Amino acid sequence: MESPPPTSTEQPSVQRIEETAEFRELRRSFRSFAFPVTIGFILWYLLYVLLSSYAPAFMATKVVGHVNVALVLGLLQFVTTFAIAAWYARYADRRLDPPAAAIRARYEAATVHAPREAGE
Amino acid sequence: MSTHLVTGQLPVSRLAGSQLATAATEHRGLTMTLFGLFVLATLGITVWAGRQTKDASDFYAGGRGFTGFQNGLAISGDYMSAASFLGIAGAIALFGYDGFLYSIGFLVAWLVALLLVAEPLRNSGRYTMADVLAFRMRQRPVRTAAGISTIVVSIFYLLAQMVGAGSLVALLLGVEGGAAKRWTIVAVGALMVVYVAIGGMKGTTWVQIVKAVLLIAGTALMTVLVLAKYHFNVSALLGAAADASGKGAHFLEPGLKYGVTGTTKLDFLSLGLALVLGTAGLPHILVRFYTVPTARAARKSVLWAIGIIGGFYLMTLALGFGAAALVGPKVIKASNAAGNTAAPLLAEKLGGGAGSTGGAILLAVISAVAFATILAVVAGLTLASSASFAHDLYANVIRRGKVSEKEEVRSAKLAAVAIGAVAIVLSIFAEKLNTAALVALAFAVAASANLPTLLYSLFWKRFNTRGAVCSVYGGLLSSVLLVVFSTVVSGKPTSLLPHADFHWFPLENPGLVSIPLGFLLGWIGTLLSKEEADPAKYAELEVRSLTGLGAH
Repeated sequence: MESPPPTSTEQPSVQRIEETAEFRELRRSFRSFAFPVTIGFILWYLLYVLLSSYAPAFMATKVVGHVNVALVLGLLQFVTTFAIAAWYARYADRRLDPPAAAIRARYEAATVHAPREAGE
Repeated sequence: MSTHLVTGQLPVSRLAGSQLATAATEHRGLTMTLFGLFVLATLGITVWAGRQTKDASDFYAGGRGFTGFQNGLAISGDYMSAASFLGIAGAIALFGYDGFLYSIGFLVAWLVALLLVAEPLRNSGRYTMADVLAFRMRQRPVRTAAGISTIVVSIFYLLAQMVGAGSLVALLLGVEGGAAKRWTIVAVGALMVVYVAIGGMKGTTWVQIVKAVLLIAGTALMTVLVLAKYHFNVSALLGAAADASGKGAHFLEPGLKYGVTGTTKLDFLSLGLALVLGTAGLPHILVRFYTVPTARAARKSVLWAIGIIGGFYLMTLALGFGAAALVGPKVIKASNAAGNTAAPLLAEKLGGGAGSTGGAILLAVISAVAFATILAVVAGLTLASSASFAHDLYANVIRRGKVSEKEEVRSAKLAAVAIGAVAIVLSIFAEKLNTAALVALAFAVAASANLPTLLYSLFWKRFNTRGAVCSVYGGLLSSVLLVVFSTVVSGKPTSLLPHADFHWFPLENPGLVSIPLGFLLGWIGTLLSKEEADPAKYAELEVRSLTGLGAH
């Protein structure tokens, strides 16, 4: 029942996958998207939090009718969240899923240590 | 200040003379019937799910057979607590724009889960968060730390929901007095234990799906009714809300709640950090990723959740400003000082006002939705904490992995009963506790103890056992201790111990200090340990988390 259940016998083959060019390319594709985008949206969110706290006059500027900058920037956080989610979905579909599936197909037989469960 | 409004305290004494209480008493039968229908339906689902639950993977992970869309709904049902529905709508109704700030942190947080956590976790873990944290470490110390942190975070969150539930249901049913509150807490606790012990993850997931659909439908109906009153002109709604608030244009600007002093501004920054980094470390959210078959499905479920939760928070904006404009802050405050009854009051108003049949029906429906919301969230929390107890602490630490699947699942069910009992007793004693501070604390602990350890485990090759133990315990202890020595516990009339004063930490939310500390301690602990990280294990974790090879 111990999990995860890696055993020493299969580690060499998994390490071999880690050393292949196609795996390193997959890792690079993932990290070069996920890391900078994460830093970006956290900074963008912190900018919003700081503006809300320390720039009330700017935030109170009227844009149209009763709609002010604060509301627009708040809604923009929603828009960027939806947009980043959609962007990542597209990126993962094109750049991450195909190489992952290819690596899986090639090495599945060599590395399977637990039968995949029903529904997979 | 800041943290008070999420679930808020629910001082029932303020009830006297409120129109909601009168209406609630008159139509208690209808509300009770709707509550009863929801309970019966969910119990039916639970029994059905219990029959389908045969092995550990069914019990902990719902057989990993849910689709991305179903799990997205269930995640939303797990995440949108009564705090979001009643707390944020109420906060917007009373404090205008500042109530909205919460929604933004709660939503943006999902990007951390989407980009960094959901897929690797799904691929490399099995049943609990600790599966991933302990993947390449020495099992016992890391599982012990992760199990303790999972249970602590879940209990804080559970207490907040149950204490809130006691006051809330009493308020919505129009019953006063401590006895009614205590019986509500006992009933909610008993129900959540039944859901979890009998239905396991399958039952809990379906309860959350049903609740999410009800909550979205109820909120959407009210949003359309509010907007229709202003001919779908948002600016007109904002103007009416600002006028009715008595604060004019300031109602629509940040600062009414948080902009008071330098300390409250820092406190808001601290809260903002905890909200945005806490979600991806909440154990009851993380275990939801195991209920789908693949990492791709886990990604889909987060995408659905972002859409559903984002849409929901946008609607709470209409509800909050609608309540300010149509009900007015005076009436809301008279009913509940923290604003928690703003949404039910608005429902009554939209249905035709106090005393009308339409008002009574809509009030009863929205009250029942709020009740369903609480039940689904506490069930998810009980499941996550009992799973961690059984799988991490009992099976892997106490029995060192020498335990049959049957025994492990049985211990999880017993743990659910025990955690339910502990939560009931603590909630009854903690009746006066500031429930919102508990929610914020749960987020702060998750962000300080769980998130650093998760990210280091997944992405830092050198990270080792001592580093993991240091970041979990360091983040956990620092966030809890800073709250103990803040005005949440002593030094202010609103503190837990109003007559004592031993506070020295100026902020109510510890995140600004404890989150960096959690990251720092994980780093220092790793460097100070002589243990070399095993490169083969890290290679396996990387391959598995990115490709799904060997995933459960």
